[in-house]
Parts: sequence; structure tokens; C-alpha cells
Amino acid sequence: MAIETLNTQDNAMPVSLSNPNSPLRRLLAVIRELLGNPSSGFGLIVISILLLTALVAPLLAPYDPNVVNLNNVLQPPNATHWFGTDELGRDIMSRIIYGTRISLTIITIVSVIVGPVGLLVGTTAGYFGGWYDTVMMRVTDIFLSFPSLILSLAFVAALGAGLENAIIAIGLTAWPPIARLARAETLTFRNADYISASRMQGASSLRIIVKSIVPMCMPSVLVRITLSMATVILTAAGLGFLGLGAQPPLPEWGAMIATGRRYMLDNWWLVAFPGGAILLVSLAFNLLGDGLRDALDPKQH
Amino acid sequence: MSAIEVRDLSISLGFGPAKKRILGDVCFEVEAGESFGLVGESGSGKSTILRCIARLLNAWEGDIKLEGTSVNDMPFADYCRAVQMVFQDPYGSLHPRQSIRTALQEPLRIHRMDRQVERMERALIDVGLNPDFLSRYPHELSGGQRQRVAIARALILEPRILLLDEPTSALDVSVQAEVLNLLADLRTKRNLTYLFVSHDLAVIDHMCERLAVMQHGRIVEVMSRDVLATGEAKDPYARELIRASLEYDQAV
Repeated sequence: MAIETLNTQDNAMPVSLSNPNSPLRRLLAVIRELLGNPSSGFGLIVISILLLTALVAPLLAPYDPNVVNLNNVLQPPNATHWFGTDELGRDIMSRIIYGTRISLTIITIVSVIVGPVGLLVGTTAGYFGGWYDTVMMRVTDIFLSFPSLILSLAFVAALGAGLENAIIAIGLTAWPPIARLARAETLTFRNADYISASRMQGASSLRIIVKSIVPMCMPSVLVRITLSMATVILTAAGLGFLGLGAQPPLPEWGAMIATGRRYMLDNWWLVAFPGGAILLVSLAFNLLGDGLRDALDPKQH
Repeated sequence: MSAIEVRDLSISLGFGPAKKRILGDVCFEVEAGESFGLVGESGSGKSTILRCIARLLNAWEGDIKLEGTSVNDMPFADYCRAVQMVFQDPYGSLHPRQSIRTALQEPLRIHRMDRQVERMERALIDVGLNPDFLSRYPHELSGGQRQRVAIARALILEPRILLLDEPTSALDVSVQAEVLNLLADLRTKRNLTYLFVSHDLAVIDHMCERLAVMQHGRIVEVMSRDVLATGEAKDPYARELIRASLEYDQAV
């Protein structure tokens, strides 16, 4: 009897046809929230511009970034070369535009390495606990106790200079904070009833970690990755500046500053524009990360 | 052969001088098809017993047999098909980011069962919910509806024994009655064995044929339901508990 009455109640509440939980709708809601806040909106717009620029770089760039023109060296910013030219007569604006591709490649590959590694180490350590947790977290501590640039330097020195090795080195140094975070998140709900329930249903540890724990860690890990992108860009630029990252003639921003350094006192535009680009992009990632934290944090809703 | 047989179940936590016994020499039996209640004040160890039987706690001593087989000797897949549990807090027992469909489909996938859509819809209908609920998420449901989903999830593997850890204490009074009636209906229809933990004697009186009263990690008395009406328990603590409950009911 009670069942029947309840059923009619349930029917009275119409089931929403357009599911508000579909991933697309959630994404739209998050974007709307990000744009609603001036600082995270700024971050999102700058990063969208960065993406677009990288995509259509050949259309946007007024000159070939690698064509040397020795008749036209060290021109200050003017109508034909908006950001001036460098010591080999290359157009700095074109180089910065092509540099977005390198920066984005670094960011993408680093996130693809760092996210899964950090999640794997953190969630397994938090879920299994015991000696496994101790070993994993001490390894994480060792990685964390080095300044990330120094550790990347050591890796690049061991692997050899070059953009690919720089990316691998940065990836190896950027996962520990994510592992820490994922472990802390895992600890907060490893004893939740829904985990117990799925264990009782016969789910293996792997299944519980992948299907129940990782989705719960995702929002904070995404935020953390976005925030660490700023550091990644700076580390990549630092490695480029030290000559261990992207090799000339690649238009990497850090490497551009490194070569421009010799002419810096008389020709400010050689370092100012790539420096400004690094500043703008890392600032944008920081602001976007802050905004994402507000938009994704389930505790704030 | 009894459905659940617990012999000398004890748990101690800590080491050396700090060692503390939280369960001591608990013995009881539940017949197949019976509904057995565990009552006692907070911290008396009733939920701990349930968690031992549910294999969520492993550091216990003694023997727990289900249908004649010790739980530790049972293959885990068989165990899952035989025993399921309904948790106290309907807000914490459903994964907040999984739809009801996912929650119900997971056990079917794990055990590679056939006719999954049919089983999921059937499970929801059996607990008095519309099959449309499959596409919903837990935060879109009320507490009572969530607890119904939790019951559906526990029953979808067709277990013979259901462990109930205060399944209604987090619910509104009117919804409590509905969920209790649902549980009673399901038991008669499917011939389930219940082990029902509660601190509410009225609920136990309604749901169970026999019950055990617990205090400080021990069972002080096992009695039949009739004793609750007369109040003639042998143990002084049990007598006091029943009297307090009767007085409370009269006062309300």
C-alpha cells in the first residue's frame, strides 16, 4: 500500500528530460561561472587566445619566425615589426606567436604525464595505506624536497639538453604535489559507506579506485594541474634560458630571453616581449586555477 | 542449519597496556528466514558485529558461519551473492557522482549477470520507485528515495541474507514507517534473513522475531519479541532498557 502511494508521489514530480548532469551541460555551467568572475574570466580568455594563436599561428604571424635578415637586425618596435627584431633580424612578434605552440606542447605533455602518475600514486597510497603508503609518500617527499628547477636541471643534465627531455624532466618533478593531494582526498572518503558498499558487491580494489575514488579526486586534481601549469611554463622558460630546454632556432620564450640577454641594456624589446608573454600566460593559468577551484569544489555548493 | 552463526566473536584494539576489548565473546544464531534484532546503546558494539559479518572489519577472533560455511573460507564472489548490507546514512551510502543506473549496474557487471536493464528496472519497481529514476543522481533524491535505492542495490544480487545497519534512523518518522513496511514486504516475498541493528526498540519490535540486547560489547540477553511487551527480561540492564523504552512511548 505504502509503495503505491509513494509511486504516485514520484510520478507527480516529472523527471527532467534534459539531464542537468550530462558532461556537456556541466562544462557549460562551469564556463559560465568562470566568465562571471573578472579574474578567472580574464584567465580563461587569455588561455583561449593562446590556444587559438597556436592553432592559426601561420596565419597570424606576419613573418617567418626563423628567416634571418642581417640587414634588419635589432630594429626597435615600429610599424613593420610591431615588437621589433632580434640580433639576427627575425621578427619578434612572429617568434612569440610560434612560441605559443611550444609552450602549449610542453603544457599538454606535462599534464598528460603528471595527472595520471600523480593520481595513480596518490589514490593507491591513500586507499591501501600501510607500508605501501609509507614507501610511496617518502618517495614523494624526496621529490618534493628538491626545488623543482634544480631537479629538472639534474634530469636534463642526465638525459641531455633538448625540448623533449626538458618536458620529461618537468613531468618528473611536477607529479608529487598532485600525488599528495590525491592521497589526502582519498583518505577523506576511503571509509565512506559507498566505498564499503562497492567492496561488499565484490568490486576489486582496482575497480574501486578507478570508478569510485578517481572521480572524487578529479576536481581538485584538475585545479591543481591548472595552477601548476604556471610553474611548468616558468620552469620550461628557465630551462630554455639556461640553454637546456628548447634549442635554437626554436622560438621558445625562455630561450629568446636567454639570447636577448646580451643585447638587453640597449635593446629592451628583445627580452621585454617574451618576458611579457610568459608573465601573461602564467598569470592566466593561476587565475583560471583559482576560478576553477571555486567552480568545481563540491564543498562550496 | 542456521543462516548466520556467530561464535565467540571478539575484537581488541590497541597494543600492550592500551589494549581495549570492544567486543567480547559474542555468540548468537539466526535461523534462515528469520529477522533477528541487535539493540543496545550507542557504542555497545552492534554495528561492529555487522561490519565483521560484512567482512569490512578483518581483525576479529572467533568464528562467523554463514549457512554452515565460515566466512573466511567462502569465495568472495559467492559471499557477495549471499550477503548484502544496507547502511545507516542514505546520504553517504550512494556515490555522489554516480547515477542510480551506474550504482545498480556495477554489481551486475562485476558478477556478469544477464538481462541487466530488466534487472535494474525490476529492482527499482520492487522498492517502489519508478524506473525513470535510473538516470537520476543521488542529490536529486530525497532521503527516503535514496534509502530505497540503497535497498535496491543490496537486493540486485539476490542475496539470501541482508544486514541492516539502522536503515531508518536517519529518516523522517513518516518515511521510516514506509521503509520499514517495504523491508517487511520484501522479506516475506523473497524469504530473506535479516540481521537488524537498531537502538529503537519499537522498530525492533515491529521488524524482528527475536533480538539480542547488547551492553559494553557483550550480549546480555537473547530474547523473543514477546518479552518486549511484558518487560519480563531476565537481565537487569535489558529490563531497564525495555522499561525506559515503554515509558518513552507512553510519554510521546
